[in-house]
Amino acid sequence: MFENLSEKLQRALKSLRGEGKLTAENMEAGLREIRVALLEADVHFKVVKQLIDGIKEKALGQEVLTALSPGQQVVKILRDEMVKILGTHQSKLRMANEPPTVIFMVGLQGSGKTTSTAKLAKWLVKNGRTPVLVSVDVYRPAARQQLAVLARDLKIPVFAGPEGENRPLELARGARREAMQTGRDTVMVDTAGRLHIDDELMAELSELKDALTPAEILFVADAMTGQDAVKSADEFHKRLGITGIVLTKMDGDARGGAALSIRQVTGQPLKFVGTGEKPDALEPFHPERVVSRILGMGDVLSLIEKVEENIDQKKAEEMQRKLLEDDFTLSDFRDQLTQLRKIGSLESLMEMMPKVGIFKELQKQKVDEKELTRVVAIIDSMTPRERANHMIINGSRRRRIAKGSGTTVQDVNNLLKQYGEARKMMKSISGGLMGMGAGGGKLGAMLGKRMGKFKMPPFPGKW
Amino acid sequence: MPLLKSLFGNKPPEPEPEPEPEPPPQTSLLDRLKLGIRKTRAGLMEAIDDTIHGKKQIDADLLEELEYALISADIGVKTSTEVLERIRQRVDRKLVNDSAELKGLIREHLLEVLQGADRPMQRAAEPPTVILMVGVNGVGKTTTIGKLANHFKSSGHSVLLCAADTFRAAAIEQLEVWGNRTQIEVIRQQQGSDPSAVLFDALNAAKARKFGYVIVDTAGRLHTKANLMLELEKMRRTAQRVIPDAPHEVLLVMDATTGQNGLEQARKFTESSGVTGIVLTKLDGTAKGGVVVAIARELALPIRFVGVGEQLDDLLPFDPEKFVFSLFE
Repeated sequence: MFENLSEKLQRALKSLRGEGKLTAENMEAGLREIRVALLEADVHFKVVKQLIDGIKEKALGQEVLTALSPGQQVVKILRDEMVKILGTHQSKLRMANEPPTVIFMVGLQGSGKTTSTAKLAKWLVKNGRTPVLVSVDVYRPAARQQLAVLARDLKIPVFAGPEGENRPLELARGARREAMQTGRDTVMVDTAGRLHIDDELMAELSELKDALTPAEILFVADAMTGQDAVKSADEFHKRLGITGIVLTKMDGDARGGAALSIRQVTGQPLKFVGTGEKPDALEPFHPERVVSRILGMGDVLSLIEKVEENIDQKKAEEMQRKLLEDDFTLSDFRDQLTQLRKIGSLESLMEMMPKVGIFKELQKQKVDEKELTRVVAIIDSMTPRERANHMIINGSRRRRIAKGSGTTVQDVNNLLKQYGEARKMMKSISGGLMGMGAGGGKLGAMLGKRMGKFKMPPFPGKW
Repeated sequence: MPLLKSLFGNKPPEPEPEPEPEPPPQTSLLDRLKLGIRKTRAGLMEAIDDTIHGKKQIDADLLEELEYALISADIGVKTSTEVLERIRQRVDRKLVNDSAELKGLIREHLLEVLQGADRPMQRAAEPPTVILMVGVNGVGKTTTIGKLANHFKSSGHSVLLCAADTFRAAAIEQLEVWGNRTQIEVIRQQQGSDPSAVLFDALNAAKARKFGYVIVDTAGRLHTKANLMLELEKMRRTAQRVIPDAPHEVLLVMDATTGQNGLEQARKFTESSGVTGIVLTKLDGTAKGGVVVAIARELALPIRFVGVGEQLDDLLPFDPEKFVFSLFE
């Protein structure tokens, strides 16, 4: 859907091939493309202007490198500039010297504060901390219930306050008292969404801040925000002094240019990125990845990390050996599919791929999660012997398997055919990737499987 | 859901936060619209005014600044370029001499785009009229439904609400609070139940009891999640099983702070659930919601209502002329 910026630049800067140096004139078409791309990604226009000026300055007079095409060269400069704005390091959370550490979640209505509060609480627990949550959103109907339900599912305590208590300050204070009494080391305060121009509610936040001296005030911002991001972030920062940014809804297809604007106007680091509705869909922020995304270049790093996090190392190595020895059976195939599902939805995986080449084609196809379930069902309906040696699966066995898995013989045929192709494909890929070390090999094998599976159109018709 | 039951069973319902602000002054619709989008105007028109007052001559710099003014309203590069191109041509042909005329030209063009997409709300020949509310997470669907229900009720219609957001924690309770405020019945099931099942119940109830309107709340979903979009398609089909021409309106609720992604949202939701109009929320902030102009231009979707606050009557029917007029006054 989005065209890769470097592809666009490639076209715009094609004429540069013959030239020795980048000049203002020969770069102009390319810079125009960059400008449009950044604006379409919702980067604030002033930031865009700065970036373009920066590139001009950096690129002017540079030799046209032979290794990189002029387009790539300009994109590289742009990337570096953007990473510089976003900051090169991912930030950690600040903790108070004296527990409990108080963390505020603030932002506009609907930016995802409550969901992020729950996710961050889970993240804290994973990192050995003992948070207690409190919602001081006494305005939105059922807001406090929402946090209570989320926390209950995560088995993290919530301070509900005494019956009928409706004063944010008292609720927050009570939560801190409770943390001290029960020895919990972090208090997360989920505040009500408010407009940055709502004087009264902004004053309420300052009051909360004065009373609780939070170590972190995290500004929760929607990745889909447009040019207004600058105004709201600026105002929140001026009034409260935010200490970090959480960028939410990054599992959609918004480019997230607002990240650049917010960072630029507040000078505060982006700390986390929300990537889904599940409580563990929160990732530490990596500048390079967001830059790639704003430029439409995919987020391969996040993908690798996800794969590594969820794949059983030993199993993967075993799988690789099997591949090499041509010992890859249908039950291995099933195991692989099951492992793959652990990584996340197919869609979220596809979203992270660069939008070029083979991936671009894949992304156009509707990925049906159920397809995987059906494949697994078919394999489950086989006998161990059949799984070990697919060659023995004759017509009558196929009929039985189809019956057992609630599919048709044709589906079983399809699966077997795909399995055969996947085997072939993987063999060649894993052979080629052996030199890349364990990590690359594993990923390669996984992707190989992916491609093997998707090389043919996804099961047609009724699948 | 024993967990939820125990949670809600043991806890008395959330004390309803009563809106306590001063009674809204009785003002004309136009005034309220103007008031609501005052900041919108302040942003865009101030920028244009500044550029115009600062300079008498129309030159490349002025045009560039005008373009930035449009872009900062989230109108988008394409639409902005189009507007500016038109002006540039006239300037080149010496048809515009005075920079003040630029305002009129921009207004004229935006109005043209918005009016081109305008069409009346659909109503069922035989009640109930079914309105499906869709949108990404956090745009204000539930709040809008409360206000919309109030809007229909105060114009004399009977309204039934359908709590088909069975996914988000406490979404049903949130809708019920609005139901209480407006004295409107809410058809609900448990959290986690099939939204189509709730819809089926609600439509049957509405049909049997001859309600004028059924407004259906759905879970917020990102338009990139194919499965969730399929769920909306299923809801459409379910609605059609009970009432063949339902849903009569599918309103995409969009946050005015949304940037260029809004266009993609509109596209995807239209594909899966047949969006018939937009409700633009949170226009009481500084965000301009200009992306709806791009949406009207590319997808010909009309803007039905605008949300300008958190009170029950902070939902106003959208009128392109008044909207642009307020912008350019």
